Amino acid sequence: MRIDCKHVWEHISAYIDGEVGVELRAEIDAHLETCEICSAVLDSTRNVVVLYADGRVFELPAGFSERLHERLEKEMEMSGP
Amino acid sequence: MKNAPNPEFEADCIRRILAGEKQLFHDLIRSCERPIYFLLMSILRNEAEAEDAAQETVLKIYRNLQLFRGESQFRTWALSIARNEGLGRLRKADTRREDSLDALSDDQGGDFTPAILTSWREVPSKALEQKELAGMLRQAIDGLPEIYRNVVLLRDIEEMDVRETAAALGITEGAVKVRLHRARALLQRSLAPRLKGFAPKRGKLFGLGR
Repeated sequence: MRIDCKHVWEHISAYIDGEVGVELRAEIDAHLETCEICSAVLDSTRNVVVLYADGRVFELPAGFSERLHERLEKEMEMSGP
Repeated sequence: MKNAPNPEFEADCIRRILAGEKQLFHDLIRSCERPIYFLLMSILRNEAEAEDAAQETVLKIYRNLQLFRGESQFRTWALSIARNEGLGRLRKADTRREDSLDALSDDQGGDFTPAILTSWREVPSKALEQKELAGMLRQAIDGLPEIYRNVVLLRDIEEMDVRETAAALGITEGAVKVRLHRARALLQRSLAPRLKGFAPKRGKLFGLGR
């Protein structure tokens, strides 16, 4: 039985992570070959994830690490040898 | 940099710190700094508060290091301390907020239909040089309901696996997968239509763009 678009969307996240079984993957692949919409939904979802996961999107505030280790150093001094 | 944990290095470090080489704690905690901060940022939604809570978390980890049993990864343990710190602060700040946090559950319905497109031109990572794009992505994630935001931050942004994310957030692996799927669908829907403008123009390289 061929799967429909909605069914494909339900598995997009797992598909991207390589977490769908062999059989389901083959069904989704067959669907993607003929369905422009699902191909575009898959490509755009994957693209969105790659972009927001880029290290430049979420950066620690400037000086975060320095301030953290300074505070830690003070704590260590207080807690004795 | 997203540092992957190294269990052998960590176990050795912890043994030596507890035996008196305190300075090693600086190295031990380094790979946890980013996820601790971003998890707290996701919970508290305020930069200054998240930074203060992150420092407090790290001090608690240092003071309680002897309690780490090595049953989970060190980073997982560290993140559960961060989560408790964040939730404790929320509880103190506003008890009503806590109710609203619990209100959203995985059983709740919702529309997770993606944005329907007929074609997609890839937006390359190079486009992130435009500050506007990074801002748009941050805003979209910030706009997610908290239970989805936490999972996106740990799974996709800090690149933690399903098991570790589940342990750090105190939820099941199934819940991590459902939430991540929904979060990505919501993000695709809100971002895909707006991202189109960042794709390179067709034929531009060859001077054929219209």
